[in-house]
Amino acid sequence: MNNIPLEACLAVSTIMFFAGVYGFLSRKNMLMVLVSLELMLNAADLNFVVFNRYLFPNQMEGMFFTLFAVAIAAAETAVAIAIIINIYRNVKSVYIDENITTMKN
Amino acid sequence: MIEQIIFYALAAIIAICSVLAVTTRKIIRSATYLLFVLLSTAGIYLLLSYHFLAMVQIAVYAGGVMVLFIFSILLTHQPGVDVQFEKPGRMVLSGLAALAGLGLCGHIIYHNVEKVYQYVDFGEIEMTKIGFALMGTDKYQYLLPFEAVSLLLLACIIGAIMIARKR
Repeated sequence: MNNIPLEACLAVSTIMFFAGVYGFLSRKNMLMVLVSLELMLNAADLNFVVFNRYLFPNQMEGMFFTLFAVAIAAAETAVAIAIIINIYRNVKSVYIDENITTMKN
Repeated sequence: MIEQIIFYALAAIIAICSVLAVTTRKIIRSATYLLFVLLSTAGIYLLLSYHFLAMVQIAVYAGGVMVLFIFSILLTHQPGVDVQFEKPGRMVLSGLAALAGLGLCGHIIYHNVEKVYQYVDFGEIEMTKIGFALMGTDKYQYLLPFEAVSLLLLACIIGAIMIARKR
């Protein structure tokens, strides 16, 4: 890794993040929105790790932040998928449109 | 040299697969491209010699989250049916927004990130160090967030069961 610049790693995570932004804004399917959300979270995790490695290589704050972010992302995905399955059971559709106006039945 | 080749191959896989994951029409393919992106990110963690983090990424994301995704896709979608897109105007607008953000961040990274930072070969962090940092209460030790995350996971388990159970 001696001759890989910091900018290359940051460019990778920037492309990942804005692919996630595009998907988040342009898809109507809730599971696709969740996929885009995972892309954005993953890009942020990669940024934390890369900055930790290049700027402060003898500390591990960025690594632990990423560790906890991965755990929280898994929990968030589990709850989101439970909500999506519940919505599918109620309205027989997983699209974000006009038939999802009330969550409480 | 070989590390450079591996890094750029992983970077190309991440860039191509993350764009494909948000533009493909079949949702199961989108989940598969997301899996490739997550595995390549684990590869970059390995290159940066964060071995423990790479294993956590593979176990939690590629193991747990992807199984949840595929499970819920198979529960809620008819096989072989394409997913619908937004209206074309919204898609053009969101593409423009993403490109504008990409251009802005790319400009900032290219011009404002100082080029004096060099990778220092620090080796792998020993597992005992990670374990002590996770289980200690001193400065730069993380027992409190560890316990908070375990409480959060418990709340998520109970919440997911409450939301998704049959009435």
